Amino acid sequence: MAKERLEKTFAALAAKNETALITYITAGDPSLEQTKLLVETLVAGGADIIELGVPFSDPLADGPTIQKAALRSLKIGTTLKKVLDLVTELRADRNSLASQIPIVLLLYCNTIFSHGEDRFPADAVAAGVDGIVVPDLPPEEGTALRREARRNGLAVIPLVAPTTPPARLKTLVAEGSGFIYYVSVRGVTGAREHLAPDLAENIARIRRASSLPIAVGFGVSKPEHAVQIGRLAEGIIVGSAIVRIIEEYSGEEILGKVRKFAGELKAGLKERTI
Amino acid sequence: MNIPEVLHVPDESGHFGEFGGKFVPETLMPALEELEENYQRYRLDREFQQELAYYLREYSGRPTPLYYAERLSAEIAKKAGADKRRLKIYLKREDLNHTGAHKINNALGQVLLALRMRKRRIIAETGAGQHGVATATVCAKFGLDCVVYMGAEDIKRQALNVFRMKLLGAEVRPVYSGSRTLKDATNEAIRDWVTNVDDTHYIIGSVVGPHPYPAMVRDFQAVIGREAREQCLKQVGRLPDYVVACVGGGSNAMGIFHPFIPDSSVKLIGVEASGKGLETQENAASLTLGRPGVLHGSRSYVLQTEDGQIREAYSISAGLDYPGVGPEHAYLRKTGRAQYLAVTDEQAVEAFCLLSEVEGIIPALESSHALAVLPQLVQNAAETNNDELVIIVNLSGRGDKDVQQVAEYLQGKPELVKEGTKVG
Repeated sequence: MAKERLEKTFAALAAKNETALITYITAGDPSLEQTKLLVETLVAGGADIIELGVPFSDPLADGPTIQKAALRSLKIGTTLKKVLDLVTELRADRNSLASQIPIVLLLYCNTIFSHGEDRFPADAVAAGVDGIVVPDLPPEEGTALRREARRNGLAVIPLVAPTTPPARLKTLVAEGSGFIYYVSVRGVTGAREHLAPDLAENIARIRRASSLPIAVGFGVSKPEHAVQIGRLAEGIIVGSAIVRIIEEYSGEEILGKVRKFAGELKAGLKERTI
Repeated sequence: MNIPEVLHVPDESGHFGEFGGKFVPETLMPALEELEENYQRYRLDREFQQELAYYLREYSGRPTPLYYAERLSAEIAKKAGADKRRLKIYLKREDLNHTGAHKINNALGQVLLALRMRKRRIIAETGAGQHGVATATVCAKFGLDCVVYMGAEDIKRQALNVFRMKLLGAEVRPVYSGSRTLKDATNEAIRDWVTNVDDTHYIIGSVVGPHPYPAMVRDFQAVIGREAREQCLKQVGRLPDYVVACVGGGSNAMGIFHPFIPDSSVKLIGVEASGKGLETQENAASLTLGRPGVLHGSRSYVLQTEDGQIREAYSISAGLDYPGVGPEHAYLRKTGRAQYLAVTDEQAVEAFCLLSEVEGIIPALESSHALAVLPQLVQNAAETNNDELVIIVNLSGRGDKDVQQVAEYLQGKPELVKEGTKVG
């Protein structure tokens, strides 16, 4: 299944004129059990794709909110193995809303190398993972990982930045599959007040280079952002704004707030004009 | 081991064998390419090299002496049970550079490059504060904005250097994440660079980070080895038997090693910090205890858990307190061209006191690690050499910044304080 599940999801949304809501949470924050409930809650609230962060001690691409989430998760002993087990569990429960939803892992390359670059794609797909986002692995590196990912049907989602020059853009999209993760700002993850002014222009540039769906992340944190991006791209990725709810509230309250927030985001994504 | 092969690294993609590379967010890739292009251009540019040579000479005070440490040689010979007439230890006096350490060599090179790339904002990470001071210094000299990231723990340990940086007009930003030391300061500097990449140049202080940094920093530091080699030939009449240097990230070691790599008779010894001991969790011996992994943009030996989380390093020396090491060191170790040993806090402090007492030179705690390995080295070398034994130690920095900390350490270890030693 894996990468086809992503393709089908984007195709189905396109047919409905909708933009995908991709929600990020760090696995194991505040606990793995809670992550399972959060995934189900996010799906119930309107998430179309789940992005699960595998915590890493030195997350270079993340701002303070997700850094702190990773620390909380590491403190309770979360490992890559445990995150893969969690995905297996989510897939196993056929009654769960989460059993069929595309799941993408965000993880740093040392986590993969430590697990074994050759072994990782097969293990991820066996657990039910559909794609991976590796923020510190440019296409020049990780040859074995990409080879095994292709063989196992695991999508390696390319990241494109506002600084990406045209020639490099071609290489990036040619190497990638699933969808394109457009990092909409110069900087690290974290909620921001406004969207980048060059967003529309850059999305148009990417669209000319690839037919893959484009999802916009980094700084996307409000329902207004969803409405604006929904007119331009096939997906939005919201992370820090959700992680902040998890940080600020506790127990049942988290689930209620998260579900409501996901619903508000998704509401803005139902009238796609592209 | 094939010498020409060991010399021609990294390859075009920035790899030293299986090590090195570029593992950074996509946003930075164009900046790394721009840097590489400029570096390749200016390293062959006569005007650039002349300007750099001018500042190294007139501003930093190069060449630094290669000093025959006669009384140290006698003391070490005694400790090692060797013939003291046969042992000659030379100190490459990088501590005599402007700002008190070798770090200025690289900071000058990179700031001249930044000026040519029209980047007016400079960022840096610092551990002991030596690289931060060197960067703040060159920024003051050339009128550039300077932000230095420093772990909150290191800020406590190195208050003097923090004040120096501020005096030089730099903004010192404390980093509270992780172990609050060099590793975390480097993360924060990289995050700043991702955010401000258009107008900012990141002056990495060691032979770490993504390509082209490990090669570029090495080349800027290789002036140490070029001078030392020439001075040794002139003063001793032959090449040394050993070249010894401490290794945290490893820039002073790469700098002095590199010109000696083709001289296969010269043994290259890197000394890591084993902190409170290799058997404890509190050490910084990445090459000795780590395994290959990715930290701060390149693949090298890294102290990490089974699950690939970066371990917190520990050393009494803030400059060695780092869980990674430059990828070229990993390569030199793997090819066998260099050998790496580790010494504890206690051994380093002993060497710190010894050099102060017998030569009137207070070494940095970092450099003290290189000195601490000498008795062991001489002992093992004693039987294999008939001629005199010539050792060059890279005295990478001076110890003024460390005296307070050593005084505190010695208070807890009265057995280390020799009669007559007025420390503490």
